[in-house]
Amino acid sequence: MTKYEAVIGLETHIQLNTTSKIFCVCKADSWNDPPNTNICPVCTGLPGVLPVLNQRVVEKALLLAVAMHAEIQPESYFDRKNYFYPDLPKGYQITQYDRPIALGGWLDVPVPASPAGGAYIRRVGIAKLHMEEDAGKTRNAGHLRQIDFNRCGVPLIEMVTNPDLRTAAEAAQYLTRLRQLLRWIGVSEADMEKGHLRCDANVSIRPAGSQVLNPKTEIKNVNAIDAVREAIEKEFERQVREVEAGHRIEAWTLDWDEEAQVLRKMRSKETEADYRYFREPDLLPVCLTQAQIDAAAQEMPERPLDRRARFMETYQLPEYDAEILTAERQLSDFFEAAATAYGDEPKKVSNWMMNEVLRMLNEQGLTAGELRLQPAHLAEIIQLVDDGAVNAATGKALLAKVQQSGRSPAQVVADEGLARVSDDSAIRAVVEAVLSESPKEVESYRAGKVTLIGWFVGQVMRRMGGKADPALARSILEELLR
Amino acid sequence: MLCDLPAHELTRLLKARQVSALEILEDSLKRIDQVDGRPGTLTPGEITAEDQCKVHAFITLTAERARAQAQAVDDKIAAGEDPGALAGAPVTIKDIFTVAGVPSTAASRILANFIAPYSATPVVRMEQAGALVLGKVNLDEFTYGSSTESSAFQPSTRNPWNTERVPGGSSGGSAAAVAAGEGALSLGTDTAGSIRQPAAFCGVVGMKPTYGRVSRYGLIAFGSSLDCPGPLARNVRDAAQMLQVIAGRDRRDSTSANRPVEDYLAGLEGGVKGLRIGLSPDYFRITFPDPANGEYIQQPLPQEIEAAVLRAAQVYASLGAEIVEDVPMPNTRYGIPAYFVISRVEAASNLHRYDGVKYGYRTPKPQTDLRQLYRASRAEGFGRQPKLRILMGMYVSAAQYSAQYYQRALRVRTLIRSDFEQAFDSANPRRIDLLLTPTTPTTAFPMGAVYGDSVLMQYADQLTVPANHAGTPGLSIPAGLAADGLPLGIQLLGADFSEALLLRAARAYEAATASQPSEGYKKK
Ligand SMILES: [Zn+2]
Repeated sequence: MTKYEAVIGLETHIQLNTTSKIFCVCKADSWNDPPNTNICPVCTGLPGVLPVLNQRVVEKALLLAVAMHAEIQPESYFDRKNYFYPDLPKGYQITQYDRPIALGGWLDVPVPASPAGGAYIRRVGIAKLHMEEDAGKTRNAGHLRQIDFNRCGVPLIEMVTNPDLRTAAEAAQYLTRLRQLLRWIGVSEADMEKGHLRCDANVSIRPAGSQVLNPKTEIKNVNAIDAVREAIEKEFERQVREVEAGHRIEAWTLDWDEEAQVLRKMRSKETEADYRYFREPDLLPVCLTQAQIDAAAQEMPERPLDRRARFMETYQLPEYDAEILTAERQLSDFFEAAATAYGDEPKKVSNWMMNEVLRMLNEQGLTAGELRLQPAHLAEIIQLVDDGAVNAATGKALLAKVQQSGRSPAQVVADEGLARVSDDSAIRAVVEAVLSESPKEVESYRAGKVTLIGWFVGQVMRRMGGKADPALARSILEELLR
Repeated sequence: MLCDLPAHELTRLLKARQVSALEILEDSLKRIDQVDGRPGTLTPGEITAEDQCKVHAFITLTAERARAQAQAVDDKIAAGEDPGALAGAPVTIKDIFTVAGVPSTAASRILANFIAPYSATPVVRMEQAGALVLGKVNLDEFTYGSSTESSAFQPSTRNPWNTERVPGGSSGGSAAAVAAGEGALSLGTDTAGSIRQPAAFCGVVGMKPTYGRVSRYGLIAFGSSLDCPGPLARNVRDAAQMLQVIAGRDRRDSTSANRPVEDYLAGLEGGVKGLRIGLSPDYFRITFPDPANGEYIQQPLPQEIEAAVLRAAQVYASLGAEIVEDVPMPNTRYGIPAYFVISRVEAASNLHRYDGVKYGYRTPKPQTDLRQLYRASRAEGFGRQPKLRILMGMYVSAAQYSAQYYQRALRVRTLIRSDFEQAFDSANPRRIDLLLTPTTPTTAFPMGAVYGDSVLMQYADQLTVPANHAGTPGLSIPAGLAADGLPLGIQLLGADFSEALLLRAARAYEAATASQPSEGYKKK
């Protein structure tokens, strides 16, 4: 039986997180805003008005192009893509076409080990990257069509990969890594649910190892990474079934129905419209100077996968830790600053980050950049625990108090008397009280049930609000119970 | 009457407190009342004998708005404030520009009810300079034509020199209003000659500035890469003053030029001594392909048209200019075919937005299907000229024809531009400062004579359209009357941003010919 592989290319639309739209000063983000509230004569295409390119869009496109290792074009153009649609108020979309801002490039996607094989890196080539405006939204309400122009003119980057992906899992990994990168360099919120990151997938199959490109289908309207994986998987299986049955694959456009988890045929590709592209005469060419391109390269932060590798190398972190700590740029910055402040044993900082700090972020719905707790505070707390000034439980409580108050750990310890009690006589007094109140347990212990020592330590700690040095408490207990 | 005085003279009298803006306005309104007849409407009924002897420049008269502006100017003068460079000048606006709160129809049924919430940048600048906006004047529908007859608003404008003749177009209402003394100035647009040709037909000054010199914001687009707003006036100084006000960078139009605006008035009387003024044989004939076999046919211009240009050359020679003959402009003949393609591709796209849903005309017949609603609204809302342009524009921009037509037309455009670059190139030993040509191959044609024969009408633009392709400036000035009693125009063409030089040369000719007619220039 023939073994098949999938050949997958992804076309992504990335909504940039600029304040204003691409060709006018309307607010770009209309999430939760009532329909038609962020609109003006320009983005609704009234007669006589003209588009003016938002330079922030160019800057962000440039940064993304640098991040993707793409070849930035010193001169690029906008074109008109002409078609009639109710939510396209000018009757054409302003987009880059044959002369986009960047060509080529790649993203390395680590693919984790699976039952099918070991972990590997898939290099996904980028065909091109261009700027364009979004169209509005159409909603069918009974026999009415309702149009919301808020989204008209929202800046998008369209980025098309080469057909380099071979499995649905790889496609999902590509999107995960792209999303991480977009947030990392700060060009998009990349929230698929909100449509900040949209993906169409082109899928074809061929006998494994073959180099031919067979007719492909295009899957549209998938707005979650899991759904992309699911849809590609289903389409791969369908194509295999068709080919096995001796049928030809036709170039369909398929619509992913999230509810039913099935693909539906939208139209045959043969009927594709002629968009009559031509240069947008209302805009000048986008000319980038070498200085601008250099500035973008300067501004480019260390990429997430590079940082992940460096964390493993420099801080000797396990891959698991390095992965989690580089999931998000501010988190990785936080770790690195805390590790530097702490000085040695970065793994200990990593443990605190992964257990305590991440829990705090999740519980409070914050990002690392929004914390009042500073990296130096974390280093200081770990140091306090190391020095025995507070015990581990108090150290963890300190994190929350610093975050809540914004005071430094040392200040909180002083203000709230949290320092660990290492005073023999203070602990001895509490131990005596515990023993006198627990005659039965004392009797059992002395009868040989020595495992009760833990229970006694617990009692002492509870009474002392966790401040007792547990080792000291234990030795005093053992002494008095003898 | 006051309305026959130049705009700059009116502003001077106003500032000297010898006349008030309200008096100027009332005089203009009186003139309009006397000569204009009924304004163009969508439901004109029969065109009567009386209609046939009126000008019909207007679509919308904005007398009350103008009164408020006049009052504001008078108040400023009373308060000792500067009322502005165009203070008290009665002006009209081609109805292809938006004026906030006033219908902006583009002379089309499809926009008949459209009222923009914004004013075009040149309109705003004129109003800020104290101009009195009398109203919106007629044009060919969406500017598509050379006679103003294709307007959906009838009766269409007639030539004040002879109301049996067209005023030219598409800025026909503008040229006629200026010529008839209804408004001293008018704001027009020029895509292939639409300012210069009606200026020539109506015996006024009309200027197409360098592309980008005047903002297109608020200009309802035809051929976006060719459209240029510009002034029409009865004399060169008024045109210069108006251009001074409307020119300059506009952040709402990215294609508007960043470069500072020269002082067009300071050197206006500087004369032409030492200037090299060219004559080109390519502008003394009309070349067009034979529809039967595609072979180019050459037709010389009428004798009196050529004679008018040679007379002007003689005037310039006598004023100290050097006349350079036989300037090669070999790609002039391709101007019209290339224009047909480029302008229609852009026009078809620019007209996409009129769907009868968001604003403008919608078919009153009930529709159940959206596509049907679009079709019916556009079929009923657009006149014949926009439809022809949409059809041709869609055809030549289709994927399978684009290389053959549109991409080729763009290359031809580059060639036309290179004609101008070489002629004005300072490194060229035969370089010229200005090119002197006829504006049009004929004087104003009779009403109805060429309407519908759109190819012939378009060849009327052959001498003006090259400057639109090249993006360079040009102006038309009156050069006497032809045997048929109609005005003749001569055209001056210059290099990019040579408006000051063009105006200076135009003024020199105007001043020299104000009193006596001159002898013809004898070709060597
Ligand atoms: Zn807007």
